[in-house]
Amino acid sequence: MTIVPTVREVPIRTDMDIVGVRQAVREVAVSVGFSLVDQTKVVTAASELARNTLKHGGGGTAEIELEERADSTALRLVFRDEGPGIGDVELALRDGYSSSGGLGLGLSGARRLADEFDLRTAEGEGTTVTVAFVNRDPAAR
Amino acid sequence: MTVTAQDVRDELAEFLRERRPDILRAWSEANVLSHVDPADTEQESAELLAGVVQAIRDGAEGDSGHEGFSAARSVLGTVVSGSRDGARPDLAALKPPLLRLWTEHRRSAGPDGLTEHAVDGAVALSTAVDTLRAVLLELEVDAGLETIRAQREQLTELSTPVIKLWDGVLAIPLIGTLDSMRSQAATENLLEQIVAQQARVAILDITGVPAVDTMVAQHLLKTAMAARLMGAECIISGIRPQIAQTMVQLGIDLGEVATRATLADALGYALRTTGMAVVSDQHS
Ligand SMILES: Nc1ncnc2c1ncn2[C@@H]1O[C@H](COP(=O)(O)OP(=O)(O)OP(=O)(O)O)[C@@H](O)[C@H]1O
Ligand SMILES: [Mg+2]
Repeated sequence: MTIVPTVREVPIRTDMDIVGVRQAVREVAVSVGFSLVDQTKVVTAASELARNTLKHGGGGTAEIELEERADSTALRLVFRDEGPGIGDVELALRDGYSSSGGLGLGLSGARRLADEFDLRTAEGEGTTVTVAFVNRDPAAR
Repeated sequence: MTVTAQDVRDELAEFLRERRPDILRAWSEANVLSHVDPADTEQESAELLAGVVQAIRDGAEGDSGHEGFSAARSVLGTVVSGSRDGARPDLAALKPPLLRLWTEHRRSAGPDGLTEHAVDGAVALSTAVDTLRAVLLELEVDAGLETIRAQREQLTELSTPVIKLWDGVLAIPLIGTLDSMRSQAATENLLEQIVAQQARVAILDITGVPAVDTMVAQHLLKTAMAARLMGAECIISGIRPQIAQTMVQLGIDLGEVATRATLADALGYALRTTGMAVVSDQHS
């Protein structure tokens, strides 16, 4: 398993940056042959997590990485902020819970959309959410 | 800017009065303000010249704000608005005939004609024409800014057009990234039109939206709810397969909002709702 270094790192400071993250993620997903459905899932999850980074984490960065595995390619997205962190992770991951009048489906929905999901957070120290999407059938590229 | 002495000014004024027909003829021939009707060209040249005379008399040939250039401004304004094809008149062409006539005029005054006075006069005339060019440029810049402003306004409106499909049936095709400003504009636009057109059905078509995340979904739901409060039912159409799958996994529930695969399906549904029937014409 080889880890290809970060393909791209995109700052998230404004609403326009979220559009930039979506575009960058879609480009990388297309470049490694993700199907239209998978592209849409990756872009949608990226949109949710980028917005959380901005709205709840006060801004941060998105890293887009590719990882070649034995019979597949993984597209990994790391969203990092140094905001307030999440006090109650279980609550934050509950469908419909939102501290800010949203639908409360971003975090939980991104977890369902992704093949792999990791959430690291500590109150007062920020939040890092990592999601990975695996292109299982490289032959179909 | 040099201050031209009073006697030079007097002489310039005399020159401009005496040689007026020659100047106007030369200006018309310079083909700067070419109109289909030569009488129009003559008329406009006369107004420009009158302005120049007034400004020079007041020693203000370099001041584009002087009232002498106000008349010129309205003439040049019509020139700017008429030059949509991009061709712009080159007012510099007014200068050589004017200076040639001035030199001739001085020479005819006798052996001492081409003195310092002549040079000062030429400078003043030259400055006046340059000021005309500056006025034209100002007008062109204003017109350009105006065009940009109008286009920007059109774009904001264009991105969220509300289309009347039938009596009581409106459609709003949402396209591209729905940033919060644009989705706000779209909602306001739609609600206004629902009232204005007494619409009973409003179709939100999202064929052109690349991804529906929670923010877009919440926007659609809020719009549908607001429309309902105003007495119109909302239908969401154009949910493509990949978007439908993603929305399901994300956990988005559009609740009571009706959805249809295509805009055509949505229109059929809307017509039935408003009491219309679509039947095929057996006789044709
Ligand atoms: N990066 C973050 N930093 C701090 N808190 C966060 C972060 N991400 C999520 N949260 C918390 O988790 C909650 C749930 O997040 P989630 O994305 O599911 O909902 P939301 O952002 O409130 O609404 P939406 O459905 O529009 O995304 C948020 O309301 C917020 O309190
Ligand atoms: Mg969120």
